[in-house]
Amino acid sequence: MSASSREAIFAAIRANRPKVEAPLPVVPLFDANAPADLVAAFKKMAETMGGKILEHGEDSPIAALRTAVAGRGVIASAVKELPGDDAQGVRAITPDMLPTSLADVEVSVVRAAFGVAETGSVCLPDSRLIVNTAGFLAQHLIVLLDPTQIVANLHHAYRRPEWRQHAYAVFQTGPSATADIEGVLIHGAQGVRSLRVLFCPET
Amino acid sequence: MSAATPQTPAGKSPEGAPEHLTHAAGASVTMPPRGPEEQPRGPVIRPGRPVDQSEAAKRFMAAPQHLAMHDQRLWDLRQKRDRQMHGIEEWEELRQLASDIKMHTLTHLDQYLEKFERNALANGVKVHWAKDAGEHNAIVVDIMRARGAKRLIKSKSMLTEECGFREYAAEHGVEVIETDLGERIQQLDDEAPSHVVVPSVHKLRTDVAAVFARTLGTDPDNADAGYLAEQQRETTRPLILSADAGMTGCNFAVAETGSVVVCTNEGNADLSANTTGLHIVSMGIEKLIPKLENLAVFVRLLSRSALGSPITQYTSHFRGPRMGGEMHIVLVDNGRTDRLGMEQFWTSLKCIRCGACMNTCPVFRRSGGLSYGATYAGPIGLIIDPTFNRHKYSTLPFASTMNGSCTNVCPVKINIHEQIAGWRKVLSENHEIPAFKKNMMKAAGAILSSPRLYRASLPLADSALRHLPRFIIYNRMNTWTRGREMPHTPRETFHQWYKRERGKDGKKGKGSNPSAKTGGDAS
Amino acid sequence: MRVGLFVPCYVDAFHPEVGQATLELLERFGLDVDYPFDQTCCGQPMTNTGCHEESRATEELFVKNFSEYDYIVAPSGSCVNQVRRNFTALEQTEEVTAVRAKTFELVEFLHDILKVDAFPWAEFPHKVALHNNCNALRGLSIASMSELRNERFSKPKDLLGKVRGLEFVDIARPDECCGFGGTFSVFEEGISSRMGQDKARDQARSGADYVTSSDSSCLMHQEGCARRLQLGQKYIHISQILNGSRA
Repeated sequence: MSASSREAIFAAIRANRPKVEAPLPVVPLFDANAPADLVAAFKKMAETMGGKILEHGEDSPIAALRTAVAGRGVIASAVKELPGDDAQGVRAITPDMLPTSLADVEVSVVRAAFGVAETGSVCLPDSRLIVNTAGFLAQHLIVLLDPTQIVANLHHAYRRPEWRQHAYAVFQTGPSATADIEGVLIHGAQGVRSLRVLFCPET
Repeated sequence: MSAATPQTPAGKSPEGAPEHLTHAAGASVTMPPRGPEEQPRGPVIRPGRPVDQSEAAKRFMAAPQHLAMHDQRLWDLRQKRDRQMHGIEEWEELRQLASDIKMHTLTHLDQYLEKFERNALANGVKVHWAKDAGEHNAIVVDIMRARGAKRLIKSKSMLTEECGFREYAAEHGVEVIETDLGERIQQLDDEAPSHVVVPSVHKLRTDVAAVFARTLGTDPDNADAGYLAEQQRETTRPLILSADAGMTGCNFAVAETGSVVVCTNEGNADLSANTTGLHIVSMGIEKLIPKLENLAVFVRLLSRSALGSPITQYTSHFRGPRMGGEMHIVLVDNGRTDRLGMEQFWTSLKCIRCGACMNTCPVFRRSGGLSYGATYAGPIGLIIDPTFNRHKYSTLPFASTMNGSCTNVCPVKINIHEQIAGWRKVLSENHEIPAFKKNMMKAAGAILSSPRLYRASLPLADSALRHLPRFIIYNRMNTWTRGREMPHTPRETFHQWYKRERGKDGKKGKGSNPSAKTGGDAS
Repeated sequence: MRVGLFVPCYVDAFHPEVGQATLELLERFGLDVDYPFDQTCCGQPMTNTGCHEESRATEELFVKNFSEYDYIVAPSGSCVNQVRRNFTALEQTEEVTAVRAKTFELVEFLHDILKVDAFPWAEFPHKVALHNNCNALRGLSIASMSELRNERFSKPKDLLGKVRGLEFVDIARPDECCGFGGTFSVFEEGISSRMGQDKARDQARSGADYVTSSDSSCLMHQEGCARRLQLGQKYIHISQILNGSRA
């Protein structure tokens, strides 16, 4: 069925394809008016999209992270800044884990490959999530983002190498959201109920 | 979620209750409480008969609470879209790029499909081809059967709606769980989605409470959106965790990387694709774009056009199976190659299913999407549906004032209102408009091309005919006065006035002070 | 400059005062305006219903009536849009394409061709809401459209802005179609009336004393809806205001 259908589809396309001149345009970067301060622009958009910035003030980012997860129940970490620690309830995510094994996690901690100022999005590729479900099966998500790894807009973002390297990568922007009931916006439709971004240089 | 886990109520972040949320699909205005009111349903589909959109629309308009909410909600999405547009200086340039990229891809579709297939195969994806809905459904069920899979979790896909996949799956022993809230509501209510982006937008919260009470056992008197969404999350989650396979649609497929991109606000495509070891993608062959740099244009436009949000909360890129898993892509034609050959209508294949044309359409907002009786409602539906079944959907291109707002909001610049006019012509020429309409137009054409007959048809001042000229009403349905008053019939027509004042050659009184002739009308 | 005046069928039958105001207004600028006696209609009712073949003879009659003029002017955007963009049932001879190119809607003729800078005789001391017919707006581009990110402009507002005493009021959904839609108004009367009633309510909420438009068809429909709802605003064609009507 499949092989002959394939041929039939290609034959139909070749027979019906409109014979009009339609060159592929070059897409500009549209960065003439890019914000000077990418971190500030990212912050503003991440918050507009329902995310939060985990401020660390005078503390180190890692100290702030430890405070944020302390006493929050089951924590799953895919970052080296927060190693597995049974006493603290921190479970290190390892590649051998079943996707569904993260269903009981209260807070997941992962590191983004980069961020996008235009939309406040973070890029989470499979290699950083270790187990993909770490990004959305937990109740809450904390994302570490190196402030030097923020691009101005989506045109820059799609010129990054990640899209050619990973089987799975997601732009996550704020938490899971739905407004399917009369437009009332609710966080945590199916994925995470909250998303916090912690600026933390990658060492 | 285990019972021991600390609960965080829906809509509350750990830091406390957020203020009024307006991002993503959220309404930017406060929606006043409405309902309960019985939900108007879609048209009765009679085999071999065209859909009676008007009849269903009238029933929708007869439900004032539903009508008011629907209109307000979708108009708000249009307003949010406008605000996003004003924030992007290059907006019109992006629309032109999006249109050009799609035109290029569609005119080279065979090349890009080959490239996409080659790259997907190299990434370890299994690629299937389906000529029509039946093949698509059979392929998916066969993939599942071969692996002993019974429960399928899926994210929203208009293509699977188009294919009638859920019904087919149910008949073949596959349990389908929709994971998009709106789509889940519609599934539980056994009703088609009414809008491509917000499937249950025609329902009041009290309707949802009734559906959930009946199917999920929730409190029938609690119509709080937060409560209802939370109940859905809690009842769906065990089904997700015990599923055998996951299915997603596809918003964009990138030929140069062989990847598919799915945009959701809920994260349910990610859940559906990653939770089990088997990910099946249903995609229409027109979803293709050549390159990653092209993708940026579409991602920037999609959610802004659809919901007035800069980007969907999740934009998910699947390039291959995850380690130890399987990924299948079913490429579906189902009428698309035929449409490609329709000179006037092929550019409708540029559509990225953002629903902006529905949100702006004054007819859609007052009719409800179900009234169209088709998978694709609203302006885009009017020009796509007849390609599936010209007779059944022959009435739809007439459910429009052809005001053109749809064309203006379209992010890929489909000339929607012109194609609606084009379809009217095709339907008229193919005897797919009612005979009385055709006869009326024949009579009108005869009268209006003859000055003598035309003059004779006009209502005269001393006539008892206080109605519209016969070429307008000339029929058994003088419907004008149902919702409006008749215009006053003047003492004389312009023609009579001119003849009286100026003479037949127009010379009488010409060039004199106009105020003298109009009884002080001018100063 | 010889101008042929086209008075659309519904203006002829129901709003002769609009034809009169248009004629007189054009004459105020010293134009030689003719009203060809054998004119009927632009063919829109048929074309709008998809019956292009049935419209052909009417389109031919239009061309025959108007081909001799330098300009053809009509107080209706939808009729002019029909001539300019949809006159395709008949053979596209040189005569036909010339007629199509020189047919203008009144506002664009005053604004773009005559470039009128003053209406010294005009005074309209009322609150006015402007309605742009969809064909005039999105077909003929007489004003910028809310859906597009373009420079804001409005030819009818430019003209009305030169009228003493006239005060604009804004309605909530200025670009929303009022639901007339030609034959849509009778074939889909339910939605059509509902859209017109919503439009009339929006206008009433704006505090407008008058609603004006360059299209009588929309006004006729809206007025019928407003009267049914017993709303107080009045309806007047833009030609009447520009010609000096005060109420």
